[in-house]
Amino acid sequence: MADDAPLVEMTGVTKTYAGITALDDVDFLIRPGEAVCLAGENGSGKSTLIKLLAGVEWPDRGVIALDGLAQAAMTPTTAAAAGIAVIFQDFSLFPNLSVAENIAFGAELAEGARFYRGRRVREIAKRTLERVGVLMDLSAPVETLPVAHKQLVAIGRALASNARLIVMDEPTTALTEREVRALLGIIRRLKADGVAVIFVSHKLAEVLEVSERVVVLRNGRVVAEGPASGFDARSLTRHMTGRDLAETGPAPLLAGAPVLLKVEGLSKAGAFHGVDFTLRGGEVLGISGLLGSGRTALAKALFGLVTPEAGRVVLDGRDVPLGDPLRAAEAGIGYVPEDRLTEGLFLTQSILRNVAVGRVASHARGPFLDLGGLAAEARDWLARLRVKAPDAEAPVRSLSGGNQQRVVLARWLARAPRVLVLNGPSVGVDVGSKAEIHAIIADLAAQGLGVIVISDDLPELLATCHRILVMVEGRIVEDIAGAEATEEGLARRLAS
Amino acid sequence: MTAAPAPRWGRLLAQPEARLALIMVIVFALMAALAPDRFLTGQNATSMAFQFPEFAILALAITITMLTGGIDLSIVGIANCCAIISSLILTRLAPGVDAGIGWLLLSYLAALAGGAAAGLFNGVLIAYLGLPPILATLGSGLIFTGLAVAFTGGTAVMGFPASVAWLGNGSLMGLPVPLIVFGVLAAGLSFVLSRTGFGLKVQMFGANPLAARYAAVDIERLLLKVYVASGMLAAVAGLVIMSRANSAKADYGQSYTLLAVLIAVLGGVNPYGGYGRVIGVVLAVLTMQFLSSGLNMLQVSNFAREFIWGALLILVMVINTRNWRRRRAPAAAPKGETR
Amino acid sequence: MSWLSRNETLVAGVILAFCVVGAALDPNFLSIPTLMDLLRAGIVLGILAVGVLVVLISGGIDVSTTSLAIVALYVTTLLVQGLAPEMGWPAAFLVAVAVGAALGAVNGVFIAGLGLPTLIVTLGTLSLFRGFLLTFVGDDLISNLPRGLRDFSRAMMIRGENADGSFYSLPWAFAFLVGVVALTWALLYRTMLGRQVFAIGGSMESARRIGIPVRRVQFLVFVYVGALGGLAGIIHAALARVANPQDLLLNQQLSVLAAVVLGGARLEGGTGTLTGTLLGVALIVLVSNSLIVLGIPNTFQSIAIGLLILLGTGLPAWQARRTQRRAA
Repeated sequence: MADDAPLVEMTGVTKTYAGITALDDVDFLIRPGEAVCLAGENGSGKSTLIKLLAGVEWPDRGVIALDGLAQAAMTPTTAAAAGIAVIFQDFSLFPNLSVAENIAFGAELAEGARFYRGRRVREIAKRTLERVGVLMDLSAPVETLPVAHKQLVAIGRALASNARLIVMDEPTTALTEREVRALLGIIRRLKADGVAVIFVSHKLAEVLEVSERVVVLRNGRVVAEGPASGFDARSLTRHMTGRDLAETGPAPLLAGAPVLLKVEGLSKAGAFHGVDFTLRGGEVLGISGLLGSGRTALAKALFGLVTPEAGRVVLDGRDVPLGDPLRAAEAGIGYVPEDRLTEGLFLTQSILRNVAVGRVASHARGPFLDLGGLAAEARDWLARLRVKAPDAEAPVRSLSGGNQQRVVLARWLARAPRVLVLNGPSVGVDVGSKAEIHAIIADLAAQGLGVIVISDDLPELLATCHRILVMVEGRIVEDIAGAEATEEGLARRLAS
Repeated sequence: MTAAPAPRWGRLLAQPEARLALIMVIVFALMAALAPDRFLTGQNATSMAFQFPEFAILALAITITMLTGGIDLSIVGIANCCAIISSLILTRLAPGVDAGIGWLLLSYLAALAGGAAAGLFNGVLIAYLGLPPILATLGSGLIFTGLAVAFTGGTAVMGFPASVAWLGNGSLMGLPVPLIVFGVLAAGLSFVLSRTGFGLKVQMFGANPLAARYAAVDIERLLLKVYVASGMLAAVAGLVIMSRANSAKADYGQSYTLLAVLIAVLGGVNPYGGYGRVIGVVLAVLTMQFLSSGLNMLQVSNFAREFIWGALLILVMVINTRNWRRRRAPAAAPKGETR
Repeated sequence: MSWLSRNETLVAGVILAFCVVGAALDPNFLSIPTLMDLLRAGIVLGILAVGVLVVLISGGIDVSTTSLAIVALYVTTLLVQGLAPEMGWPAAFLVAVAVGAALGAVNGVFIAGLGLPTLIVTLGTLSLFRGFLLTFVGDDLISNLPRGLRDFSRAMMIRGENADGSFYSLPWAFAFLVGVVALTWALLYRTMLGRQVFAIGGSMESARRIGIPVRRVQFLVFVYVGALGGLAGIIHAALARVANPQDLLLNQQLSVLAAVVLGGARLEGGTGTLTGTLLGVALIVLVSNSLIVLGIPNTFQSIAIGLLILLGTGLPAWQARRTQRRAA
């Protein structure tokens, strides 16, 4: 840190794809031992910036200098040689290989080793993990590790390859509050070690405290830049969206709303135990908990994707068969999964088909399918949810994240469910669309639907839920009225 | 392509089916040019119409399984096994050459039931036990072939009533019966895929099996039906083969698995699932038959044909894969934004 | 995963049970001659299976290896006969390995170079290789093998006489199986190339990002499998003392695949062990040979192999489902 020459300096960088300007005259700079938050909504250009750093892409205009030397060209190899490592959201690890091998693979590869040196690999891994300050079973296959440990292995791999700049794409989305704390501690160690870190995210409030500076991108331009101390969650949002999106809580629940769903003593070994709760018509119920608290398993159990060993789910006084998504859906429960791209959408299929797939049975005319009726109904739902799609026959992958999420919602709403379970309704959706999805949730509740929102995004829960259940180690430990809950209080309960 | 195609042509040829129609015309013209006196005859047209339905029906079976991202490599085993069931009923239970039409229909029903049962077996392995379709059907194909050998000791079963010949060699209103059978099955499959809920769900499942599960699609029953359909189509193909050969044997049609896969892939069916149209498969069948007849007339050996089939399969894959990769790529892309 | 639920343990158990039943039915079953027969029968199958194992670890499948082996054995025999009939067997073996590697490179070009699905490509080359051989090279049986190959087939590692005066022997060819296993073990577990094969099978996308030359590694995998196929082919011809372009070895493809999946290699890639594959080969050979010894008709062999494929893939698939359900 004695030498304060920038590690990477971009000046006037512009990059266009097929006529669309992804980055427009951007200046960006990072010094050794510094942490920078790179914030921006989806499509703001932050991914393009990562690709430039990783040497995957090269700008149309502008200069990239590494250690003060302007580069004529950059490839992934030169980027790696300069000590730039990108940790993608999926960590890019080898599930079948051991922790040690995952950590040392890149380093050994870069050295041009021909032979596999088991002892050296373990040595590298051990040394690296000591540097990070964690203990792990070096011979465990990575597929057996929890998410937070996988991330540590990915960090370890970057360090083992002598990374001086680690770019972390959405580092906190998969982590619990406690794990985020641990990660921050590790980042502090790395910074003290002279390693620079770039956090790339649209959910950055958590990492502000270890960051020196914040750079906000919008539509390919830097719209705000300054010391991290000058930003908070709200101002970040404002800069990212260009709007002030102060969200208020939900409209009050009608007194005397009937009980719609009753869950009694639902248990599944190793996931959740004795879960009881009720949901009224028109109510939005939040369920929060750390990763591994059983919240996702519980959500899946309500929809039959997980089979509980004991307990019952009663909808409108009738038992919902457990462990069968088909019959849960027939009974009137809908489920919007967390991972839209792999679990929610048929990316190559048309937008219409993505909505219609749930309504096939209702449009059967004998052996035929009433294609016209099916399409008309799907179009109607697309219009009602204001999905911005120029052509409903186009593949659904052509839509933005927020519109894609609405397509999944439309699929379920077309089935007229009584209860809708939303797992992470705004994960990977930009801030602007997020508020609109929250408005849709409020709208659904106003129509008498019971909505369950599973999320670890506390502001989201506060903005949408009438009541919030807190899960810890598979049990519901608290039932808080939304109006009485605060972010700090919730965070404390979650971590307990 | 020598000249740069006009944009309109370019868009048209981006459709695998349109490309295939062009290839078909070229193959037809080529064969007609090479052997005009033999290829362009009514006799040749008739003989082609009798030849291709048996493997074309098998190609339909491959098509429906491939649409789900699976494959059925047991179709030839099922076809032979079912033909042998039918032939044994005719020769052992019924009075052989003197058996009446009732016996024939009974034996056909038994063969279809056998095909359904074999498909059910595959379906259970794949849908309920979670075996990869490649290995499940490779293994079950061996078992079906083994059963066929066990039933017959490996020899051909012969001595059928004359009525057996109708399915493979007869004509109805001037059209070959096997051609009509194929036409009906192809039209039926096309109808099922485009106009029924089952067909829509098959394509959606092929596009993303996990999303189908989360969208409350009845995956297990869907796969079960797909493999039962495949097994029954194979049984029909087996009966046509039996009729044309006037015998049934455990090792007939050994090369048909490859041919059926080739036709499906040639017809534009995506082997990863999610895309495929019956019209493409029909065009592919015709292309293959033109090629096959032409080669026959040029007195090209069976082995050379095997060589050509293999080369063609790979060539078609090379041409089509560019599109598939473009279609598949986003599913494999990392989460989050793309730009 | 506990050792109890591993495929290796299961296969070893089945082998043991098979031997017990065999010994109970036939007192001569547990004898050195039986063992020698089994070892001899496992040579070609074993070498081919090791090759297919490497492909499966890399995340692909290869159904063209027996076709490739037949082409290699026939072309090599013709070359040696035509160019240098007095050539020693080591040189002939090198030719066969080279021919096999070249054919493997054909698979490699389409799979690694153009990114086509491995099943479709190898299904295509399965016919392509054979069709090419029979159309353009020849379809006559060569029963008069070059001297070098005849010498090789007579070289015995172990020779002995039973109490009843019958002979038993194990050809030196067996040493090649041992060598191939040792070489493949060293490549897979002691070189970076081998680790890259595992890495690609584990996650091709991650491999690309970390800078593994994925295409090059895939290409080399198919070249290596081709080389092993060539070796297996020439050994097969030498032991059979005939070079047959329509050899029945072709029908062994599914047995090879059965052996590998029985040993626990998974179609999804990234997993598989040599121990498991060798146990799988042992079981397949044992079943094939014993059915004859135990008087069960030959015709049931394909049923047995089919069942073994289903068992070998079904067990891990079922287990994976169970653990997944438990974890979810």
